Amino acid sequence: MGFIKYINLKTVFILALSISMGLSGRAFSQEADTAARVTDTTAAVSSAGDAAPADTAASADTAAVAPAVSKAAAAPAAAVEPESKLNIDPQVYTNFFYYTLLFFLICVVVAVIGRILKVYELTRKMNGLDAEYYMYSFHAYFFLVSLIAGLYGVYWSYAHHGTQAWRAAATEHGAQIDIMFLVTTVIITIVLVLTHIALFGFAFKYRATPTRKAYFYPHNNTIEKIWTIVPAVVLTILVLFGFFTWRSITNVSEEDQQNALLIEVTGEQFAWTVRYPGRDGKIGERNYKLTSPLNGLGIDFNDKNSWDDQLGSEIVLPVNKPVRVQITSKDILHSFFIPDFRVQMNAVPGMKTYFQFTPTITTEEMRDKLGDYNYDFVMLCAKICGGGHYNMQKRVRVVTEEEYQAWLNEQPYFFTEELRKEFQVSQQAESENEQDAKLLATAN
Amino acid sequence: MSNITSAGAHSVDHHGDHGHHHESFWTKYVFSQDHKMIAKQFLITGIIMAVFAMILSILFRLQLAWPDKEFPILEVFLGKWAEGGRINPEFFLALVTIHGTIMVFFVLTAGLSGTFANLLIPYQLGARDMASPFMNMLSYWFFFTACVVMISSFFVESGPASAGWTVYPPLSAIPKAISGSGLGMSLWLTSMVLFIISQILGGTNYISTILNMRTKGMSFWKMPLTIWALFLTAIVGLFSFPVLVAAVVLLIFDRSVGTSFYLSDLVVQGQILPYEGGSPVLFQHLFWFLGHPEVYIVLMPALGLTSEVISTNSRKPIFGYHAMVYSLIGISTLSFIVWGHHMFVTGMNPFLGGVFMITTLIIAVPSAVKVFNYLATLWRGNIRFTPAMLFAIGMVSFFISGGLTGLYVGNSALDINLHDTYFIVAHFHLVMGSASIFGMLCGVYHWYPKLFGRMMDEKLGYLHFWLTFIGAYMVFFPMHFMGIDGVPRRYYAFTEFPFMEKWISVNVFITWSAIIAGLGQVAFLWNFFGSIRFGKRATQNPWGANTLEWTTPVEHIHGNWPGEIPTVHRWPYDYSKPGHHEDFIPQTVPFSETMSSNLPHDFEGDQEAERIQREWELANKPQTEKETE
Ligand code: HEM
Ligand SMILES: [Cu+2]
Ligand SMILES: [Cu+2]
Repeated sequence: MGFIKYINLKTVFILALSISMGLSGRAFSQEADTAARVTDTTAAVSSAGDAAPADTAASADTAAVAPAVSKAAAAPAAAVEPESKLNIDPQVYTNFFYYTLLFFLICVVVAVIGRILKVYELTRKMNGLDAEYYMYSFHAYFFLVSLIAGLYGVYWSYAHHGTQAWRAAATEHGAQIDIMFLVTTVIITIVLVLTHIALFGFAFKYRATPTRKAYFYPHNNTIEKIWTIVPAVVLTILVLFGFFTWRSITNVSEEDQQNALLIEVTGEQFAWTVRYPGRDGKIGERNYKLTSPLNGLGIDFNDKNSWDDQLGSEIVLPVNKPVRVQITSKDILHSFFIPDFRVQMNAVPGMKTYFQFTPTITTEEMRDKLGDYNYDFVMLCAKICGGGHYNMQKRVRVVTEEEYQAWLNEQPYFFTEELRKEFQVSQQAESENEQDAKLLATAN
Repeated sequence: MSNITSAGAHSVDHHGDHGHHHESFWTKYVFSQDHKMIAKQFLITGIIMAVFAMILSILFRLQLAWPDKEFPILEVFLGKWAEGGRINPEFFLALVTIHGTIMVFFVLTAGLSGTFANLLIPYQLGARDMASPFMNMLSYWFFFTACVVMISSFFVESGPASAGWTVYPPLSAIPKAISGSGLGMSLWLTSMVLFIISQILGGTNYISTILNMRTKGMSFWKMPLTIWALFLTAIVGLFSFPVLVAAVVLLIFDRSVGTSFYLSDLVVQGQILPYEGGSPVLFQHLFWFLGHPEVYIVLMPALGLTSEVISTNSRKPIFGYHAMVYSLIGISTLSFIVWGHHMFVTGMNPFLGGVFMITTLIIAVPSAVKVFNYLATLWRGNIRFTPAMLFAIGMVSFFISGGLTGLYVGNSALDINLHDTYFIVAHFHLVMGSASIFGMLCGVYHWYPKLFGRMMDEKLGYLHFWLTFIGAYMVFFPMHFMGIDGVPRRYYAFTEFPFMEKWISVNVFITWSAIIAGLGQVAFLWNFFGSIRFGKRATQNPWGANTLEWTTPVEHIHGNWPGEIPTVHRWPYDYSKPGHHEDFIPQTVPFSETMSSNLPHDFEGDQEAERIQREWELANKPQTEKETE
C-alpha cells in the first residue's frame, strides 16, 4: 500500500476541514450580508437548516427548497448586486460543499481500508504466509461471483427490460425482422454465456499458485481451423437470411409500387408535414424555390397532380394495404422512424427516399393487445437535427378502410383559395390558355 | 546476451555516438524529441482530455436522468448554457458532440496509439529512438494545439460544435440551423485538420521505424503482437485519415466559400438558400471511409496491448500467434470495405447496403478467432491478477459483448429499427469505448514502471478495476433495451413521448452508475499522478516479461540501451517452456543457453542447429532420466 505513505490521514482531515471552513464561511457570509436573514422568515432559515444536515438525499429535495429560499433570503442580496451577476442561492454552494465533503469522507474510508489491508498483509508476512497469492485468489473468487451475478443480471435484464422493450411488429416485413431478431438473440446469448463462462471460469480455475507451472501450448492448427470455420458458417447463415430479408423489404417491384398508397412526409426543424395524393393517387412535384409562407412545401402548381393533394393532420393508414412513403426534407437531415413498424429512412434534402410497408394491426387492435387504451403508434425523428430533435413527432393511426376514407374526406387541400388566386394571377401574366383557368376553377 | 554484462564497457562509446548535449528544461520536458518523453506527453494530455470528456458525459447524463429538475450549481459553472440550472437543449447536443469527438479522437486515437506507439515501438524493436524524432515532436505539438482549439470552442459566444461527432451536413454547415454550427464548428474543423496532421506525422514515423529500425534478429515474425497491432493501426490511419481531410475541407468550402458539395434544395427556417446540386450522402461516404477504419484504429492497439499482457500474466505463450497476426491483417483490410454499414437507411442504394452487410459480417470471423485465442491463452495458465491483467480480462469481456451486438447492427434488415437508437450507443460504447479504454488502462498499469520508473499502487488499481468494470456494464447494458424499444440517441429528454417514460427510471439508474464509476476514476488519477513521485521504485523487469523493453535500465537514458542494442534470438512468448528453470525466457537469450528447453520447432528448419540440439540431447538424456529416477 504505497499510497498510504503519502496520504497522511491527518493532512486529509486538515485539508477537508480547512476547505469546509473556507467554503461555508463564504456561503454564510453571503447570507450574513442580507442582514434580514434572521428576521426575514423562519421558514427560510429552518429549511436551510434542515436541508443542510440531511444532505445525502438527492439534490432534488434541495432544488425544491431552493426557489423558496431564494425568494425569501436572497432578495435583498439581489438589490446589492448588479443585475447582470448570477443570482444563486447560497444554499446551492453549501450543498455543493457537503457533497464534496461526502466524497472526501469516502476517500478517507477507502484510505483507512487500505491501511487495514496493509497491516493485514504485514501480519501475514510475519506469520510466514504469502502476501501475494492470497490476493489472486480473492480476484479469482470475485470473478466467479461476477460471472454468476452477471449471468443473473443478463437474465434479469432480458426478463424485465426485455419485455418492457419488446412489442411485436405491426407490419408485414416487421414480422420477418422480428423472427430474425429473435434468432440472432438466441445465437448471441448462447455465445455470450459460453464465452463468459470460459473467460471468468478460466480466470477462476487457473489463478496463480506458487507451485503450478502454466502449460506451454503455443498453437493447435486443428482447433484454430474449427473455430474459424464454425463462426464463418454461422455468420454465412445469418448473412443469407439477412440479405434476402433486406432485399425483400427494399427491392419492391414496379407493380407493387404502383399498387401502394403513396404518401409524402417532409421533415423540417422541428415538424413533419404529411401530404396525401388525393383522388388521382399522384403527388405533385415540388420546387424548393417556390417556398413561401403560403406554400410551405414549395409545391409546384404547374403540375396538376398537385391540385388535389391533401394535408394530413396526422398519418392515417388503412390496415393491410401497402403504403409507399416518399420521404423528403426541407432543411437538414431528419429520419422518418416508426419503431412499431420497423420502419426507418432518412429524410435527405434534395433527394427523395422511399420506404414501402404494409401495416397489419390497427391502432384499436394494438391497444387491446397491450391493454393500454391510450397507446398510439408514433413517428419520430431519429437523426440529430437541432435543439428540438427530441420532440419532432407525428401520431400514426392505422384504421379500417372506411374510417380511413371518412378521415381523408375531412383533410384540407394544399391548393387553398389564396394560393389559387395567386396562381391565377401568375398564370394570366403568362397568358396561358383558358382551359387551364377553367380547370383551375374546379380544382380539387 | 551481451547487453547487460558489457553495459559498462560500451557506455562510453555510446555517449560518443549520441553527443553529450546538456538538456534544458525546454528541450527535455517540452520540445522533447525523445520517444519516451513524447509518450508521456501523449499519455498525460490524453488523460486530461479523458477527464474532461467524462465530465461532459456526466453533465448530459444528469439532464437525461432528471429532465425536469434544476441544478442551480450548473449555472455557476456553465452560465447561460444552463440558465436556471437546466441545461439548454442545444448545449446538450454540444456536450454530446464534444464528448464523442474527444473520446474517439483525442483519447482513444492519440492518447492510446500516441502513447504506446511512441513508447513501445523503439523499445520492443530494439531501436534507439524513432526514425524521425523531430517529426515525432511535431506530431505531439499538432495534437496539443488541436486539443487547445477544441476546448477553446467552449468559450465562444455561439457555443461548441453541436452536430454530433459525425458532423453531418447540412446541420453542421448552416449556422442558422443550430448555433453550434457557427464559430464553434469552424473551431471543430480546424482542430480536426490539426489533429489529422498530427496523425499523419506520427503514423509515417511509426511505419518507417518498424520497417527499418528493428534490431538484429528481430524478423517480422519475432515481433510482439503489440508492434503488429500498432503497425497495422498506423497503416490503416495513413490510408484513411487523408479522406477525412478531404471531407473536412469540402465542408469548410461549403461553409465559408459558398460551394455546394454537400448542400442542395435547402429552405432553412423559411429562408431559401442558394445551394444546388450537392449531396449530404457524399459527406457520409467520405466521413465513414475514415470513420469505420477509425473504430479499428481505436481498437487494434488495445488488442495488441492486451495480447501482450494476457500472455505475460498467464505465464503462457499467446495461443495461435500467427492466427492473431493474420486476424489483425484481416481486420485491417476488411475495415476499409465496410463503411456503408453506417448508411443502410440514409438513402444509399439498398443493393449496396446488402453488399456492405456481407462484408461487415465477414469481419466478425477474424474478431471471433481473436476471442477464442485469448480464451485458449488463459486456459491452463498460471494467472497472476495484476491490475493490468484484470483490465485485459475486462477488455476481452467487453470485446465479446460489444462485438456480439455488432451482429444485429451489421445486419441491414435488423439495423432498420436499431439505427440511431440507444442500441447503437450501447454497442459502440462496449466494443469501442469500454474495450479500448480498458486496453489503454491495461497498458498504463503494465508499462507504468517503464514510463516512470516506479510502480503504481496495486490495491488502488484493484479498486479502480472493479468499480469501472461493473460500472461500465451497468451504464451501457440497459441502453440496449431502450434502443430495442425505439428510443433514438441524442435526445435531450425522454419526456415528450409516452412510450419513453418508462425508461426515465432506468436513466436514473444509469446516471448513478456513471457517477459512481466516474468517481472511481479518481482512484486512478490519484494513483497515476501520485505514483510518479511517491510510487515504489520499479525493478528492471517487474512482471517477468520477455520483450526487449524490460532489458533497458529503469532510469531513462537517451538512446535507451547504455551499451550495444541487444540481439533478438527468439519469439517473445517463451513463457513456462518445459525444461527451463524459470517461467520466462527473454527474447535476448540465445538457444545455446537454453538447451534443456529447446523444441525442434524453434529452429525453423536450421539443420545445423537441429543437429547440435540432437547431440546435446543424446549426451544429456540419460542423465536427466537418472535424475528423475
Ligand atoms: C464516463 C463514461 C461514459 C458515459 C457515461 C457515456 C455516455 C454517453 C451517452 C449516454 C451518449 C449518447 C448520448 C446521446 O446520444 O444522447 C454518448 C455518446 C458518445 N460517446 Fe460516450 N460515454 C462514456 C464514455 C465514452 C467513451 C470511453 C467513449 C469512447 C469511444 C465514448 C464515445 C462516445 C461517442 C462517440 C458518442 C457519440 C457522440 C454523438 O452521438 O455524436 N463515450 N456517451
Ligand atoms: Cu429531425
Ligand atoms: Cu463501422
